[in-house]
Amino acid sequence: MTGTHVGCDTSQCGACVVEIDGKSVKSCTILAVQVEGSKVTTIEGLAPSADKLHPMQEAFRDNHALQCGFCTPGMVMSAIDMVKRNNYQLDEATVRRELEGNLCRCTGYHNIVKAILAAAPAMKSAGV
Amino acid sequence: MYDFAYHRPKSLADAVATLKGKEEARPMSGGMTLIPTLKQRLAKPSDVVDLGGIAELAGIKVAGDVVTIGAMTKHYDVSVSPDVKKIIPALADLAGHIGDPAVRNRGTMGGSVANSDPAADYPAAVVALNATITTNTGKHPADGFFKGLFETALKDGELITAISFPKPEKAAYMKFPNPASRYAMVGVFVAKTKDGVRVAVTGAGSAVFRVKAMEDALSKNFTSAAIKDIKIPATDLNSDIHGSAEYRAHLVGVMARRAVDAANK
Repeated sequence: MTGTHVGCDTSQCGACVVEIDGKSVKSCTILAVQVEGSKVTTIEGLAPSADKLHPMQEAFRDNHALQCGFCTPGMVMSAIDMVKRNNYQLDEATVRRELEGNLCRCTGYHNIVKAILAAAPAMKSAGV
Repeated sequence: MYDFAYHRPKSLADAVATLKGKEEARPMSGGMTLIPTLKQRLAKPSDVVDLGGIAELAGIKVAGDVVTIGAMTKHYDVSVSPDVKKIIPALADLAGHIGDPAVRNRGTMGGSVANSDPAADYPAAVVALNATITTNTGKHPADGFFKGLFETALKDGELITAISFPKPEKAAYMKFPNPASRYAMVGVFVAKTKDGVRVAVTGAGSAVFRVKAMEDALSKNFTSAAIKDIKIPATDLNSDIHGSAEYRAHLVGVMARRAVDAANK
C-alpha cells in the first residue's frame, strides 16, 4: 500500500496518520509490533467500494482541498477522527485548532477547512 | 533505529520483573518521545518494555477531593474526563493542549512525568497542584521529584503507577507554545490551594521549577496586579534558536499573570 505517506518522520507533519482501534495516530511513531491484535485503518480502507468515496474524501474532492496531495491521506484520516471526536458538530475555529498536527505546504488550509466542515454533516447522514 | 528486544508485559508485576537486572532496558509508555529518540539513534536500549498492554495502569479515580490518574492514561482521556473537568478543570485543559490530537491519543501522563522533558506540560501541573507520584515501590512528593533535564527521583526499574492531584481552590495553566513544535516555550501553572499559592514554570529551565516570590505575593493577594513587578532572573534559563533566556524570563511573568487572571475567571 502506498496511501499513507512518510512526510517528516518526526511526528510533526501528520502525513502518516492512520486509525488504530478508532483513534487517529501518527504511524511514524508506532512500532508495527505494538499494533498486533489492533484494527488498523489506512486511507485505502475508507472508501466503501471501488466507485464510491468516503464522505470526507468526497468533500476533499468537491472543495479542491489539495494541491500536490502529499499531506491529503493524513489530513483525511485526522479529519475523520476530528469529526467523530466532536460529535459531528464543528465550527471553523475548532477545525483550524484541531488541525495543528497536520501540515500542508501548498494550499494554506482554506479549502481543507471548508472540506472538513462540509464532510461533518455528510458523515452524519451517511452514518460513518 | 538500533536492534532491541521488544517485550509487552500484561501486568505491572511482569513489567517490573522484565526490567529487573537489565541495565540498558527502557520502559515505554505512549512512545511519543522514546520512539522518535530511537529512530534518531539517540538511544540504544537492549530491551524496550512496552507498558501499553497493562490495563491496571490506566484509568481515572476520584476519592473525595483527590483525583488519581493511572500512569498509562492518555492525554485525550484526561482532557475529556468528566471527573477531571469538574474537579480540576485546569488539568483537563492542560491535557487538551499537549502536542496535537494524534499525539494526545497515544501519549500518557506517566510517560510525560517520568521523562521530565524541560518543555513538557504535565510537570507544571504536578508541581503546582502538589501532586503525589505513586510508583511500584512507594510514593514521591511533587517537590524534589523533577531533578533536572530528563532526570527525576525515579530509580532504575521504578515505574510510575499513578499520580494523585488534590483539588485546588482555583487553578489555571497558560503556555506560549512554540509555533512549530507546540512544545511550551514557557508554561506557567498557578494553583491556589488551602496551604497557599504554588506557581510552577515549565519550558524555561532545565526542568520545572517554582517561583517563590510570586507564590508569596499571590498568597497575600491573588491578582495578576500583585505580581506585575516581579522579575525573573534570566540566569540559568534556556536559551536556544527559539528564544533567549531573557525572552523566556519575560514570558514567565506574562504567562503567570495570564494564568492568575484565568484562574480568577
